Amino acid sequence: MTADVLTQLAQFASLAAEPEGLLPARQQMALSLGWHIILSCFGVAFPAMILVLHLRGIRRDDAVALGLAQRWAKVSAVLFAIGAVSGTVLSFEMGLLWPGLMGRFGDVLGLPFAFEGLSFFIEAIFLGIYLYGWGRMPPKQHVLMLVPMTVAGVVGTFCVVSVNAWMNAPTGFRIVDGEVVDVQPWRAMFNDLALLQFAHMWIAAYMVVGFSLAGVYAVGMLRGRRDAHHRLGFIVPFVFATLAALVQPVVGHLLGGDLGDRQPAKLAAFELAETTESPSPLRIGGIYVDGEVHGAIDIPYLGSLLAQNSFTEPVQGLDTIPPENHPPINITHWAFQTMVGIGTLLALAVLLFWLARWRGHDLLERRWFLRFCALAGPLAVLAVEAGWVATEVGRQPWVVYDVLRTEDAATDRSGLWWLLGGTVVLYAAMTVAAVLVLRSMARRWRAGEADLPSPYAPHTGEENPR
Amino acid sequence: MTVELAVAAALFIGVVAYAVLGGADFGSGFFDLTAGRDLRGAEVRTLVDHSIGPVWEANHVWLIFVLVTWWTGFPETFAAAMSTLFVPLLLALLGIVLRGASFAFRKYSATLGQARLFGVLFATSSILTPFFLGTVAGGIASGRVPAEGYGDLWSSWLNPTSLFGGVIAVGTCAFLAGTFLTADARRAGRERLAEQLRVRSLVVGLATGAVVFAALVPITRDAPTLSEGLTGRAAPLIIVSALAGVATLALLVRRRYASARLTAVAAVGAVVSGWGVGQYPWLLVDEVTITEAAGAPATLRALLVAVALAAVLVLPALAYLFRLTQSEAWSRH
Repeated sequence: MTADVLTQLAQFASLAAEPEGLLPARQQMALSLGWHIILSCFGVAFPAMILVLHLRGIRRDDAVALGLAQRWAKVSAVLFAIGAVSGTVLSFEMGLLWPGLMGRFGDVLGLPFAFEGLSFFIEAIFLGIYLYGWGRMPPKQHVLMLVPMTVAGVVGTFCVVSVNAWMNAPTGFRIVDGEVVDVQPWRAMFNDLALLQFAHMWIAAYMVVGFSLAGVYAVGMLRGRRDAHHRLGFIVPFVFATLAALVQPVVGHLLGGDLGDRQPAKLAAFELAETTESPSPLRIGGIYVDGEVHGAIDIPYLGSLLAQNSFTEPVQGLDTIPPENHPPINITHWAFQTMVGIGTLLALAVLLFWLARWRGHDLLERRWFLRFCALAGPLAVLAVEAGWVATEVGRQPWVVYDVLRTEDAATDRSGLWWLLGGTVVLYAAMTVAAVLVLRSMARRWRAGEADLPSPYAPHTGEENPR
Repeated sequence: MTVELAVAAALFIGVVAYAVLGGADFGSGFFDLTAGRDLRGAEVRTLVDHSIGPVWEANHVWLIFVLVTWWTGFPETFAAAMSTLFVPLLLALLGIVLRGASFAFRKYSATLGQARLFGVLFATSSILTPFFLGTVAGGIASGRVPAEGYGDLWSSWLNPTSLFGGVIAVGTCAFLAGTFLTADARRAGRERLAEQLRVRSLVVGLATGAVVFAALVPITRDAPTLSEGLTGRAAPLIIVSALAGVATLALLVRRRYASARLTAVAAVGAVVSGWGVGQYPWLLVDEVTITEAAGAPATLRALLVAVALAAVLVLPALAYLFRLTQSEAWSRH
């Protein structure tokens, strides 16, 4: 009893010792990263899908495919612009919010960012050429501009995710008397987790973009627009999404494979393991209060099987981990299960679609399936957000796992709540503006306008063929 | 040349490239804002769209290159500068976000009303961003970023060097943009527009020159280390910059727009290089030298690999982009 009170007091004391900037800095980072991640998915996966359509358009002289490619290119112009600036926000925030991380570990974690900068260069350069090349370059040369963009998407994803993987599995340095020494930047970049975590995010990007785009055309079909334009606009991204959704559970499982050894507190939070049970159950739902789980549905054995690939090996319980090293447990658990739940649902849905098609049924004739497809994009976005919450919140209280606590990385500057408030307003306004502009583009296209001339230019005959 | 000096040089080449290329994009905001109301301004705004549309994102990446090279190569000074120049960096960031987003939104606006709103945001943020980045440069160059960070939140950027730095940054950006837009207008066959832009560029050039003269004495007093470098080691660069600036004005007067672009780039490139050479060997003036600031040697060597890759992969691609966009065929709208 006394011990219990003492730990609670210790916890309270550590809370009080937190710098006042810690919580707003974390919220600020979560908001700007969560917003940017959606756009970066488009940066990564959109060029490949445009490439498929554009190639088809050229090879088969398919006007529908070419028209779609041209529209998507214009949509990508808007999305890439706001993606570029929201990515810049993150670069600034690395220093503005986390000087304790960047000052001490900048030369350990920084190298992948340098390569990411190169891929961003390539992507931005060829995007500029591609967007303005319509009608100005030979078509066969023009379509090739998408290839470096697609490749840059792969490299860029690897580099950024590699840094995050390093935060989960830090390596490539030693700490002697509090000093960071023996820095090996390549080892840090190619850390043990980098490849799998990259694959998980890269595939997720294809799911987000594939399901989102397919959903747009599913809505069109629900409204009775069932022309070749809508069928092609649906099926190309849906094929990408299918492949991604089917591979993702495997990659996710492999990524989580040795989590119990690497980050036991995160795994315990994922699985809501309040004590070490052998075999551990799979605990669906539920809430953790004062060391006890309430309201969960337990499926015996499945926890050990999924998390440890074993019928008996337990998930280490939270009671074995000092409370000051616990992540926020309920958020982590629910975020993880949201991600897994949605991922499973989407994988089953695409499986159902292709099975039905194989048996001669076209689910695109069914309104319930089209409605589901309209929701699949937002669901995929939710899954990505939940996945990032699960891995980031699950790593707390560490920013560099087991090396640097988040509170020691945060800035000492005050007034961060005001900054967060301003950022919320700004990002809300940007979201509204982006939605308004994209919807108005779609409306004008439906009304038969092919080019969308700048409204401030006087309409004259000589003006602007593209 | 030591490895940290090589990385610092690469970093500073990034700063110069961003100042020239990114600067020209930001500067177009000035001409957009002063283009006049709707119909009268439409021609300039369409030209601005067309001129910076294909290149601004690529030019923007130079800033990212600078940031990542800085924090990877010289991490502690990066943290010190970010924690000290907190306010102007946030304001510059706000400007960067508003500029990029509203530029894209304006291009695809459905109505004139929307285009006006996004246009005003685009143009004002294009002017404010270089101002705040200029104050950041001034804060570093006048020795106001302490090695351990968390320098004064306000006086670190509200000081003579910073404020003049900000105004000069706005002026040079606008001057660069003016020469490019004038040349673009002629290439597109719009002589009347070129004429109008030519006059404005001349005014901007003269005004910027006047500010630079006015700034000489206050900056000499406020930033002695920098001034010593500027009048000593960096003096040739400053002279080149002044001559190139005057040459640009003369070329604009004589309507030699294609050559004026080159001298304008030389003028801005030389003065920014002059700042770098002038404050050498300091990274944070009077506080930390490049050698003291250097991160782990293995990381610096790895960064040089990244820089070499950039030279091989990015520069040719960038040259291709510029060749296309500055060609006759792409200039017709």
